[in-house]
Amino acid sequence: MLLISCPNCGPRDETEFHYGGQAHVAYPENPNDLNDREWAEYLFYRDNTKGNFAERWVHSTGCRKWFNMLRDTVTYDIKAVYKMGEPRPDLTNEAISPEGASK
Amino acid sequence: MAETALPAETSNPANIDKLRAARRSPASHLSENFASGSVAGTVALKEIPFQTMVGIRVDRESDAGQRLASVTGGLPAACGEVAGGERATTLWLGPDEFLVVAPETAHDSLGGDLVRALFEALGDAPGQVVDLSANRTTFELSGIRAKDVLEKSCSLDLHPRAFHAGTALATEIGNIPAVLWKTGEDTFRIFPRASFAAFLGRWLLDGMKEFASPEVP
Ligand SMILES: [Zn+2]
Repeated sequence: MLLISCPNCGPRDETEFHYGGQAHVAYPENPNDLNDREWAEYLFYRDNTKGNFAERWVHSTGCRKWFNMLRDTVTYDIKAVYKMGEPRPDLTNEAISPEGASK
Repeated sequence: MAETALPAETSNPANIDKLRAARRSPASHLSENFASGSVAGTVALKEIPFQTMVGIRVDRESDAGQRLASVTGGLPAACGEVAGGERATTLWLGPDEFLVVAPETAHDSLGGDLVRALFEALGDAPGQVVDLSANRTTFELSGIRAKDVLEKSCSLDLHPRAFHAGTALATEIGNIPAVLWKTGEDTFRIFPRASFAAFLGRWLLDGMKEFASPEVP
């Protein structure tokens, strides 16, 4: 069981959340310009990352808000939790800066 | 149709008692089980039916948020917080979502004016005010073992050090979504949705059962 820190509610059991797939998949600017293949790729094609993966979660039985999470798909380590609309945190920079290095 | 005639009937004060008598709360059929399953001085369970509940969605910093707060007696600012006013108590459900809880008689159909007052406070501003009185029922679990019963089926940290009286959290109890409000040191109010009320009532009764038996040394 994962213990997920909701940005609004703090740490809660994984069962209170639902998974929303890969984060930062932008809606096409002009959907009508897309051919079938491009539309299908937008809808269904996702990365299958081994390692840090940015994904969306919703706190379904808590505050019912969506947020983003950076999770290691190998170790299930949650590296970062950040708000919708915020860019994916750059963990390489954080590792270099002594302030950002989290233990 | 008979249904469309109902609002006119409720507006007649003479009919209010008749209509109230006709209502059945979601766990009314379990009231005897709750009474017999309660252990005097240890843990007790009862349903508090028909509380007035109103769902609000609004940006609490906006003008409409302030107007609604003046009716409810404040809108809570963060997770766990409960704002108390004279007319109602308001629980935080999300950054822009709140649950107003008030006694049954605050409801407009029983001579109160809470729902209308909130509706008018929102006006045309973005947001919503929805009468949710029939959405959830209220259970009160109390006694020195109430926390122990809850801990069997709720993963929140319920230790008094972490969960203080006057705090309410939306969470899961017995694998169903519910709002848990600690109203006193040994008293909890639980708001399950109506369709889950019988399940959660029986679930809590099951958790209370061990405290009716003598302690095994
Ligand atoms: Zn949350």
